[in-house]
Amino acid sequence: MTDKMHVKLNVNGEDREFLAEPRELLIYALREHLNITGPHVGCDTSHCGACTVTIDGKSVKSCTMFVAQANGAEITTIEGIGKPDALHVLQESFREHHGLQCGFCTPGMITRATKLLEENPNPTEEDVRFGMSGNICRCTGYQNIVKSILSAASELNSAKEAAQ
Amino acid sequence: MNDLTPDSKERSTNLKGLGCSRKRVEDVRFVQGKGNYVDDIKLPGMLHGDFVRSPYAHARVISINKEAALALPGVVAVLTAEDLAPLGLHWMPTLAGDKQMVLADGKVLFQGQEVAYVVANDRYIAADAVELVEVEYEELPVLTDPFEALNSDVVLREDLEGQTEGAHGPRKHHNHIFTWEQGEEEATNQVLDSAEVVVTESMYYHRTHPCPLETCGAVASMDAVTGKLTLYGTFQAPHAIRTVVSLISGIEEHNIRVISPDIGGGFGNKVGAYSGYVCSVVASIVTGKPVKWVEDRIENLMTTAFARDYWMTGKIAATKEGKITGLHCQVTADHGGFDACADPTKFPAGFMNICTGSYDIPTAYLAVDGVYTNKAPGGVSYRCSFRVTEAVYFIERMIEVLAIELDMDAAELRRINFIKKEQFPYQSALGWEYDSGDYHRAWDKAMEAVGYEGLRKEQAERVEAFKRGETRKLMGIGLTHFTEIVGAGPVKNCDILGLGMFDSCEIRIHPTGSAIARLGTISQGQGHATTFAQILASEIGLPADSITIEEGDTDTAPYGLGTYGSRSTPVAGAATAMAGRKIRAKAQMIAAYLLEVHDDDVEFDVDRFAVKGAPERFKTMKEIAFAAYNQAIPGLEPGLEAVSYYDPPNMTYPFGAYVCVMDIDVDTGVTEIRRFYALDDCGTRINPMIIEGQVHGGLTEALAVALGQEIAYDEQGNVKTGTLMDFFLPTAWEVPNYETDHTVTPSPHHPIGAKGVGESPHVGGVPCFSNAVHDAFRAFGLRHTNMPHDHWRIWRTANELGLHG
Repeated sequence: MTDKMHVKLNVNGEDREFLAEPRELLIYALREHLNITGPHVGCDTSHCGACTVTIDGKSVKSCTMFVAQANGAEITTIEGIGKPDALHVLQESFREHHGLQCGFCTPGMITRATKLLEENPNPTEEDVRFGMSGNICRCTGYQNIVKSILSAASELNSAKEAAQ
Repeated sequence: MNDLTPDSKERSTNLKGLGCSRKRVEDVRFVQGKGNYVDDIKLPGMLHGDFVRSPYAHARVISINKEAALALPGVVAVLTAEDLAPLGLHWMPTLAGDKQMVLADGKVLFQGQEVAYVVANDRYIAADAVELVEVEYEELPVLTDPFEALNSDVVLREDLEGQTEGAHGPRKHHNHIFTWEQGEEEATNQVLDSAEVVVTESMYYHRTHPCPLETCGAVASMDAVTGKLTLYGTFQAPHAIRTVVSLISGIEEHNIRVISPDIGGGFGNKVGAYSGYVCSVVASIVTGKPVKWVEDRIENLMTTAFARDYWMTGKIAATKEGKITGLHCQVTADHGGFDACADPTKFPAGFMNICTGSYDIPTAYLAVDGVYTNKAPGGVSYRCSFRVTEAVYFIERMIEVLAIELDMDAAELRRINFIKKEQFPYQSALGWEYDSGDYHRAWDKAMEAVGYEGLRKEQAERVEAFKRGETRKLMGIGLTHFTEIVGAGPVKNCDILGLGMFDSCEIRIHPTGSAIARLGTISQGQGHATTFAQILASEIGLPADSITIEEGDTDTAPYGLGTYGSRSTPVAGAATAMAGRKIRAKAQMIAAYLLEVHDDDVEFDVDRFAVKGAPERFKTMKEIAFAAYNQAIPGLEPGLEAVSYYDPPNMTYPFGAYVCVMDIDVDTGVTEIRRFYALDDCGTRINPMIIEGQVHGGLTEALAVALGQEIAYDEQGNVKTGTLMDFFLPTAWEVPNYETDHTVTPSPHHPIGAKGVGESPHVGGVPCFSNAVHDAFRAFGLRHTNMPHDHWRIWRTANELGLHG
């Protein structure tokens, strides 16, 4: 055991402070200290993307970072995307197009997809497949995930156009 | 007078019953990150368990020193076999009639085997303590090859030494588990001896792993005051787990509550009982606190439930015109250190005897030898019904090899050997009664959809262009027609540990016309909460949106054998329909009473009972539900509830026709799937959207297995593919779009005609991808090469065929 450090994070718009060992991985800090259980652990090697969160505007696999490295960061998890009575377009779209089955990869998928559509609001199917290739799904075969993201992109763009 | 609008069609649509692509009710939670998986469970004072595992594949355990680990602050206990022995828990029964060490008892038989269980205040301390447990080993000779194991003096299972009789009959050697024979050996040999054409081929279906994205885990909580154990875990069969826990722990079954929360994919990995479950229970009893154990990915791939590892040799006899006359199949099955398959008791090689496939083969023989080696135990059905994947791969490869021998088109060879529609129910030579099928219709539809003749023409042109040096890419057309056998199963021949493989549904209709139904199954992504409500909606006339489906809590759900082998819809789905019919029967009596007519004078109409010949006189199911709770009806008890335990009269036999068009770069071995067409016939379709989703997912798992995924060992028994760096899971980038199609041939014995579909795409997909690879090289003399067809192996094949100049 190592000495604990004081950690400050802004998670989903809320300032959170707690004591943690610096060696703790961010995913465990989120899940164990803050009870943010949307991001999951699916591998130990940063391949599966089930733990994907957004840190200071970038998609990050939270199993690949120590909590000490995240100190002071702004973090968005699936819990900060949409609200029960006002789901994010991507959340609606995943449901509409059957873009999930067991639901284990879904928080990471949707969190990554929100960033992907910020990075590239008009993706082709190829862009989506490449942009999502850090997130593994064992159930869907991806076809409906790709469909969900493309459909959400077009919906977001229509909404943007309407607003202009 | 009642209003007759809306009409029955609109009322039916409003129910969202059978055939509706209803959006999934589960997703509302999942898309918000509000699933509740086992690692999300936190109980007050909860401790964490972690395993010390063997680095050796075969070794004697000389000593275990816990001192340094116990001295670490935060460590609560370190358990070894010695600690479990007084409780009789250092070994546990497997689902296959064998027994397995919970913790190493004197020796280890595979790399990663559980040696000691550390319990600590948090997972980091537990992991630190694992490093501090000192274990002294003495290495023993390692056997990773089942053929070598059968000829070796090295005794793997010393605990079984001298036992010539195993759970499945005589053992021929100290490393032999069983021989399982089906069909007529002598008659088959006679057919082979006198046949016009015989081809022989040996193939290895490599070892792989179901690898659901969520690993296995459990939280055990023993309440010392009430004596009640609650066990949460990743259980595909929660009720069977309760019975197993009771049998091995001695805790009475009513004092055990097993809960399967949300499960992050199963695919067969989460059927069996693992050391982690047992140790967590013991640790909770010993410490008086809840104990959580969740394996990491490396542990998952190395130790829990591999799939396949089948060495198959086939002989197929035919006339010169291609009519198949006999089939002989000899299998050597590598089961690893313990026989921990999860097959029905009477089927130690699962339903491998479906290996005559979709074809009318009059005479056949199958023999399977199970063998112990120094590899992880398992042999589970990875997205298939009990070895059906192996069987279908075997016959679909044998058909291709026969086509080569006969110089025939493989599609035509299949067509002339299909069981004909009028032959159903069809008695197969290896003992099954296929319930229904229309293979020619499915096949012809598939061939037409892909433009088969055009594809063959294009392929021939490609071969010529290749020979002229104009291209370095070959084109393969993979074909498969599979017949599955799912829905285990009839209690007369299907049980696990003596538990008949029926399933169950219990329905409670609430006064205001909504309902809850509980089942003995458990969803792992299949969408049961959505689809079972649809079955009920059509049966009882209440909207699916008003029906809650609940599974996975043994204190509330009726007993059932769980979800695997595509059995949920064939068995629990049937129970659901039958329980619904009991509700409807009582509702009919209530309606007749309310309408003041005889029971026989009312009839069911979508969501109501109406007086025959006077449709304007009716009572809706909602009204009937209320009446069940507020009327004193002579001869009827109040309330509206029903339960059904369904023992299926037969298996169901889904089938399908798949075509894969693949381009292969001969110089790099890289494969590109240009097109994949999948026609599935799963009988009555409950939710087409979910069926298509299952097909996409199953095909992707098939692609993985056929084109790269394997659990490989070196000669010392080290696992070479123990992380996702080495174990191939396709990403969105590597996967094509699939075309789905269907025919509908309802099962004649299932209450709603449904057959199960979740595993079909995997069963049919693997041979289809593999056949495409083979077919690309057919013109250059390739007959068979083993999977997985990853880039380097394909390159090697091309090289061996002399295609690199």
